[in-house]
Order: sequence, then structure tokens, then C-alpha cells
Amino acid sequence: MNCSEADVLINALVDGELDAGHARDVEAHVASCRDCTGKLASLQAMRSAMAGAGLMEKAPAALRERIERTLPAISIASARMPAVNARPAGPWRINRRVFAGGFAAGTALSAAVAATLLVAVVRDDRDQKIASEVVSAHLRSLQPGHLTDVETSDRHTVKPWFNGKLDVAPPVIDLTAEGFTLIGGRLDTINGETVAALVYRRRHHVINLFVARRPGGKRAGAGSEIWHGFNVRRWTEDGLDFWAVSDINAGELDEFYKKFSTAARPAAPS
Amino acid sequence: MSADDDSERARRFRDAALPHLDDVYTLARYLMRDQADAEDAVQECYLRALRHFDSYRGPAMRPWLLAILRNVCKSEFTRRSERPAAECNDNAPVEPPAWQEAQPSAEAELLRRHDAAAIRRLVAALPPQFREAVVLRDINDLSYRQIAEVAGLPVGTVMSRLARARAMLRAAWIAEQGLKS
Ligand SMILES: [Zn+2]
Repeated sequence: MNCSEADVLINALVDGELDAGHARDVEAHVASCRDCTGKLASLQAMRSAMAGAGLMEKAPAALRERIERTLPAISIASARMPAVNARPAGPWRINRRVFAGGFAAGTALSAAVAATLLVAVVRDDRDQKIASEVVSAHLRSLQPGHLTDVETSDRHTVKPWFNGKLDVAPPVIDLTAEGFTLIGGRLDTINGETVAALVYRRRHHVINLFVARRPGGKRAGAGSEIWHGFNVRRWTEDGLDFWAVSDINAGELDEFYKKFSTAARPAAPS
Repeated sequence: MSADDDSERARRFRDAALPHLDDVYTLARYLMRDQADAEDAVQECYLRALRHFDSYRGPAMRPWLLAILRNVCKSEFTRRSERPAAECNDNAPVEPPAWQEAQPSAEAELLRRHDAAAIRRLVAALPPQFREAVVLRDINDLSYRQIAEVAGLPVGTVMSRLARARAMLRAAWIAEQGLKS
């Protein structure tokens, strides 16, 4: 893979649109290419900045009322009104063209990359779904007012806050001394399941640590991975699944995992 | 059709379509730029959607509404017989600053430091088809397939357009930062 082929795919990686195999290919190229490493970091930064800026507009209340007022009246009139030029370009109409028609002439993509992409964007296994949801939850949390439901650096406040809200009691650990400041917690949803999210800050980067129940889950540490362009550290301990996700670099996230996991483990006889 | 049927249908439509009003309005603001024009487009979108609600079969209401909104905006630009600014060639070269000029992490830090108003302005300044791609992906949070459905484009075109849109955005973002510092 060369840099111009990687260009589009790095975007797709950050957007969580690549299947596992292509994601690995792109990550392998990025790991060996300084330019593309910079590009990936910049795309992540832009995406985080956009997610954090709260760019969704709020429709004015007057507009909402105007629409609500016209609804029943129009539904009567519509019986006589010819349906001109309003055929929506929905999936029921153009799907075939989109997927069978191939790529428009003159796009910047080479034919080989284009062929790859058709396969690449069509993916749907469980891991990918969870990866997507973990990264989406992370991005969602960066929107103003979404980061924490309980905001405090006091773990004795955060821990009881989860009581009765969840069937897991996440270990809440203050790592301020280690350079990871606990800033609070919230409830979130991953793969249809309500999970605990502990929120840490490293300089001005946010780390979300998602904790879900995994009955019978044995202790297992997975390596650091890039999911959709974000660094994710996944591990299982004491019947709990953990996902730490952030745009800090993989080394720092690994350090977070080690500090957290060491502190979480009671000093039990081994 | 009885009045009861009508109001029942209007109620179903309201419950399905109105929760997406902010999404539709947001896209309208970016496509039309002017607030009053955006509001008119949104209202027209909901009128058309209601008219076609009987033939709506899913799967997702939000992309369906956004596709209608997009059509409304297009016809408005056609009616005024003006092109929505200059439709710019998908392949016209973008010349972003070379990646190696700054430390990669330094540049990322730079990109992170932007407030909502600045980002809005930069997105609004993109040529229409690139602006649309970025808004649908990064603000409306649609998948590539959904964007392809909304914009009536092949998925591959959506992908290359987004990549180019972000390259432009990044270049403008950095240029602005450079002016400030
Ligand atoms: Zn490269």
C-alpha cells in the first residue's frame, strides 16, 4: 500500500468503516510511514474537536410549532396534490445503483483501491460492532455536557453513585498521582447493554474506561489496538470486561492499563 | 380517507419524523447558509415527507428525511437558477501543507484547539459537495452507506469526497491557526 492509496482508507479507518483485515493493512502502513502517522493523528484530532464542539444546531421552537401546526391540514390537502419531484433518493430506490454501479469515473481512487473498498465498507461482525460502539460512545461523550453524570475526582463519591444503577460494581481508582486524573463517571450503552464509564483526563486528553459484566470472564489482557483510528486497550478481569479508549498514544494508554489494573487487583496472595 | 385516519396518520408521522428535526435543520443551515432559507427548506421537507409517508418503508427515517431535505435545497437552488456557489471539480488538486512540516503530534494539538464558531465557519466555507459530505458524516453522524443513499452517490465517491473534504478542512484549519500565531 502506498500513501495515496492509504489516504482514503485512513479516513475510513477513523470513521470505523473498515473491516478488520483492511484496518490491519492500513494500520501496518501507518506504523511504517511518518507522513501517514501524522495524517491519522490530525484526522483524529479534527474529529475529536468536531465532536467536542457541539455542532448540531437546535431547531428554533417557532419552526417546530410551524411544522406541527401544518401537519393535519396538509394531510388533507395532500390527497389532491400531485406528487411531483419529491421522490426521495432513499435506499429502496437507489441501492442497486449505488452498489452495482461501481465507482463514478474520475474519482481519485485507483481501480484496485476502489475494488477493495466495495468489500471494505461492507462488514458487520460482532467485534467490529463493539469496536464501533465503544468509539462512538467515546466521541459522544466529548460533546458538551455528555462527559460525566457524576463529576468529581473523589472515588468515594463515584463508586457509590453506580450503586443500584447497574449490575456491576466497577472498580473506581484514583490515578491522579500517576498522571491520570479521575474526573467522574456516567452510564453509557455498548452493544445494547448499559455499562459504567469512568472518565479520566491526561493533560487535555480524555480517556473513557468502559466496564461491563462478563460472567465467568477469566483474567486476560489483550494488546493495544487501534479501533477506527483510536487507541483502545481491552482486558478482562474478575468477571468484568474493560475497554479503555482515547486519542492519547498507545504507550500512554498501555501505562494507564498497567496502573489501573495493578491498583484494581487486591494485594492478594498469589 | 376519513378525518380520523388523517389525524392518526399525522400523529404517526409526527412521532416518527419530528424527533429528527434538529438533524434536518442542521443540514439545512449548512446547505442554505441563510437561517430563514433553512427554516423554509425544513418546513418544505416535512410537507413533502408527510405527503410520501404512505410509501415510506424504512429502514431508517433520518436518512430518508435528510435525502428529502437535500432535494428541497437542490430544487431551491435550481429555481433561483443559481449554482450553489461554484460546484467544484472533485479532482481539483487540494494543496494541504506537507505533513512533515510540523511534528505530527504538534499539528494534532493545533487542530484540537478550535472552538465551535471557528469550526462552523471553516465547514461553511467548503465547496458545497464537500461541505455536504462532512456535515452528513461528522455532524449528522451517518455511515458511508447512509451518506451514499442520501446523496445518491456510489460509496466509493462518498469515501474519496470525504477524504478530500477533510484535506481541505485541515489545510484551512492550519492556515487560520498560522495567521493567528
Ligand atoms: Zn504513507
